[in-house]
Amino acid sequence: MVSLGETSPDEPSPPPRPHRQVDARNLLCPMPILRAEAAIAEMAPGEILALLATDPGLERDLPAWCRVNHHTLITIRRQGRELTGWVRKEKIGP
Amino acid sequence: MSDTPVDTPPATAIPVDRPHPVRALGLLSGGLDSILATRLLTSQGIEVECVNFHTGFCIQSHTAAIRNPKPGAPPPRHDALHAAELLGVRLHLVDISQEYVRIVTNPKHGYGRNLNPCLDCKIFMVQKAWEMKERLGFHFLFTGEVVGERPMSQRRDTMPLIQREAGVGGWLLRPLSALTLPETEPEKRGWVDRQALQGITGRSRKPQMALARQFGITDYPSPAGGCCFLTDEGYSRRLQDLWDHRGGVKEYTLDDILLLKAGRHLRLHPGCKVIVGRDQGENNFLGGFKKGRLLLRAKGIPGPVALVEGEAAEELLELACRLVARFGKGRDAEQVTMEIESDQGRRTRQVTPLSAEEIPKTWYL
Repeated sequence: MVSLGETSPDEPSPPPRPHRQVDARNLLCPMPILRAEAAIAEMAPGEILALLATDPGLERDLPAWCRVNHHTLITIRRQGRELTGWVRKEKIGP
Repeated sequence: MSDTPVDTPPATAIPVDRPHPVRALGLLSGGLDSILATRLLTSQGIEVECVNFHTGFCIQSHTAAIRNPKPGAPPPRHDALHAAELLGVRLHLVDISQEYVRIVTNPKHGYGRNLNPCLDCKIFMVQKAWEMKERLGFHFLFTGEVVGERPMSQRRDTMPLIQREAGVGGWLLRPLSALTLPETEPEKRGWVDRQALQGITGRSRKPQMALARQFGITDYPSPAGGCCFLTDEGYSRRLQDLWDHRGGVKEYTLDDILLLKAGRHLRLHPGCKVIVGRDQGENNFLGGFKKGRLLLRAKGIPGPVALVEGEAAEELLELACRLVARFGKGRDAEQVTMEIESDQGRRTRQVTPLSAEEIPKTWYL
């Protein structure tokens, strides 16, 4: 399930612990997605990537990137200006 | 230069019989032309994947989003990514920004009206796409180029040059203008139905818009929109200034070219430039680039964040502080306390804001 919004104490479940974290804060699109693509290429199917960014475009681009490349977007959460997206690499992908 | 067919490179284990599926790799900017070119091929049952190259100069709505968003505006989006989703094709996002430096700094075919090396750029991208085609097992390349649409890279005399210099011979198809161009290899071999392609030429986008309607495609960026900062006069002026004040050495870092996209740029001295944020969004953005630079802001008074690049001699620092104070709410105050942040720490300085008359127009880049 994809959720998007301010993190609150009412969040039903914490995001999974990522196998790899990429810090793309202060980078403009498409750098956060390029960094994610480079990172996930080195990961095994089933592993989880956490992508940190401040580019507001991540809200639209990360779901689109996941759909185009058949990865699973677990959730995107916003904390102030920062967005974090959790993505699970699927077998069909880079 | 002429329209004569170009040399065909050695075939790479491609059977003359129609392979199944026929696989094509396209350059997808996310603009209408590349969307239509892709759709023309997928509608023939050709298996298409696309590539979008990041040069560092690509204009996306995200760049405008450095500034404060307009109320109610949707978040920005990456055009090629959303075009790929619309088309149902896989998209390879490839960062070529490091290699691209030599294209911008030393273009064999020169620049366009500004610092846009369009012809060299297209040749380079087709070369990179060809490498991917070979590695990933595609049968041919395609682009959304239209004969006569752009003054440098999309002319009848320069388009054959692109495939010749990129070394791709007859394996580059332009589906939107195909009927006006010599047959390519995939057309000759019957892998692509030439009659189902288009013969569009010229600068008018009406034929493309009509074709989009025919395909039911409505969600695409403004057809006349540019896709590269290097075609922008102001951006090119700031880039040229950067080169001029680095001893005429044409080079840049990714941070350099990102910073040229935001803020007011004022050169106070040959060795000192100040970049002043124009709103909170730009202030946040500039704050991310303070490493190795000085970051200035008024203390206790609303105002912009500014970065100082280059020499930071006390006299110039005083001038930079007075300039930045001028752009804040304390512009009419006798004294403003400016905070100066460097990699070594923070300090403050009392300054009198410059008056409007004390800021020469020649400082603005």
